[in-house]
Amino acid sequence: MTAPKISPALLNIEAIRADFPILSRKVNGKQLIYFDNGATAQKPQTVIDVIDLYYKNQNANIHRGVHTLSQEITVAYENARTTIQKHLNARHAHEIIFTSGTTASINLLASSFAKKHIQAGDEIIISAMEHHSNILPWQQVCEEKGALLKVIPINQEGELLIDEFEKLISTKTKIIAVTHISNTLGTINPIKEIIAIAHSKNIPVMIDGAQAVPHTGVDVQALDCDFYVFSGHKLFGPTGVGILYGKEKYLNELPPYQVGGGTIKTVTFEKTEYADLPLKFEAGTPHISGGIGLAAAIDYIKNIGLEKIAAYEHELLLYATEALEKIAGVKIIGTAKNKASVISFSVEGLHPFDIGTILDQLGIAVRTGHHCTQPLMQFYGVPGTIRASFAFYNTKQEIDEFIKGLERTINMLK
Amino acid sequence: MTIAEIENEIVEEFEMFDDWMQKYEHIIDLGKSLPMIDEKHKTEDKIIKGCQSRVWLHSELIDGKVVFTADSDAIITKGMVALMIRVLSNQTPDDIMTAKLEFVEKIGLTQHLSPTRSNGLLSMIKQMKLDALAYKNKLV
Repeated sequence: MTAPKISPALLNIEAIRADFPILSRKVNGKQLIYFDNGATAQKPQTVIDVIDLYYKNQNANIHRGVHTLSQEITVAYENARTTIQKHLNARHAHEIIFTSGTTASINLLASSFAKKHIQAGDEIIISAMEHHSNILPWQQVCEEKGALLKVIPINQEGELLIDEFEKLISTKTKIIAVTHISNTLGTINPIKEIIAIAHSKNIPVMIDGAQAVPHTGVDVQALDCDFYVFSGHKLFGPTGVGILYGKEKYLNELPPYQVGGGTIKTVTFEKTEYADLPLKFEAGTPHISGGIGLAAAIDYIKNIGLEKIAAYEHELLLYATEALEKIAGVKIIGTAKNKASVISFSVEGLHPFDIGTILDQLGIAVRTGHHCTQPLMQFYGVPGTIRASFAFYNTKQEIDEFIKGLERTINMLK
Repeated sequence: MTIAEIENEIVEEFEMFDDWMQKYEHIIDLGKSLPMIDEKHKTEDKIIKGCQSRVWLHSELIDGKVVFTADSDAIITKGMVALMIRVLSNQTPDDIMTAKLEFVEKIGLTQHLSPTRSNGLLSMIKQMKLDALAYKNKLV
């Protein structure tokens, strides 16, 4: 596991934890230990305040009214777009499309991209470690269009086989959609390399950044990725909001996905002229508090510093990995050299569901199951795994408690 | 024993436990003692799919009573399944169909019957009642 250069000692974890009200609550009579950040992250007070203020003092519809409230909130919402643009280092604010989340972003892209570019016999490449959300939309497109879905294989460590990837590319390949960081294995994929290979054959690439944005900064221009998608709620923002970043040239040529209010310039019963980016893809009243809440979350983590966050989480990952490896019967699934702070494991002879149930009684929240990556579970031959995923507000003391709890759980179940 | 009598017996049994750990230890023990389903019945069509743990359920009608056997790949689910079987197996289709299964709440394990629990238990109860209904229709 490659270590980031910044010293993790630079974070004031106590102060950070105080920013997250939920972290002080009790679950089943025990102090909550929240290790399910891969499913959704907790929200800092600043994000909660922004949402609260919106409904108390700012609520109006955007892009419509001439009245003051509408003007104010339109400015705030568009400022949020700019915050996200700057965070991703996108060239233009209109390359940032608000959606309801990663799943919606991929559905939008798959549907619109297929309408424009996919024909019978074409090929789409994904990887063996994709979340169902980055499999199903493409699978459906393939079924509809008679196209072929190809899958980049992985090794036992849970790393993509880049040589095999290159062999999968053909003149029929129309788009490549891979995850930046695996939600199940924690593997950080070499997306820059993947994008460069794809671009050498003029194939656009979509990166699923749902698990990456909470752990690392993303520079879409440096990566040169054509599309990048993520959810707000895993990035310490509200649920129900997400982003589709796309290069202007691609977004301009794609047809709208959902149509309706806000997406148009002129409408007659004979013909509609659609609005320019980004509104072309933003039908209906958006999740306004979600958009401004997401921007507040980005401001919050930027203020802490993504490099410091990555360094600290890496330390948590190493600490937990080492402790888990000492427990008899524990097998870590996903041992890539480059990993984010996500650990999946199984315990010999025990079902993940049982372990998750007992840990819950101890106030410890982990994820158990197939993590919406059933093909990956089939690859490893397990019904599911237990997954602990850490955020920068987690601590080594919590990991100690978790390890103690896990040992107790195993004793109970054996 | 009637369903209500068995339910009361289980409630009394669980009243002896002081904390959650003893309760779960008991459920785990029950899971280990579950009358195993005959391997030949552990087929795809007998699986009640929960999101995480799988439950196999088989039923037969013997002398006007429905006899259930089951298994699960998760031990806690298996313990809960064992409780359900203890209550509902060897009962008449009518009694099974009208059973309210209030003991689950009384022993503080309602969360295992919530739809979000994804352990297949809720679907199992539904299937047990459906089986009972099917036998009742056959009997008529």
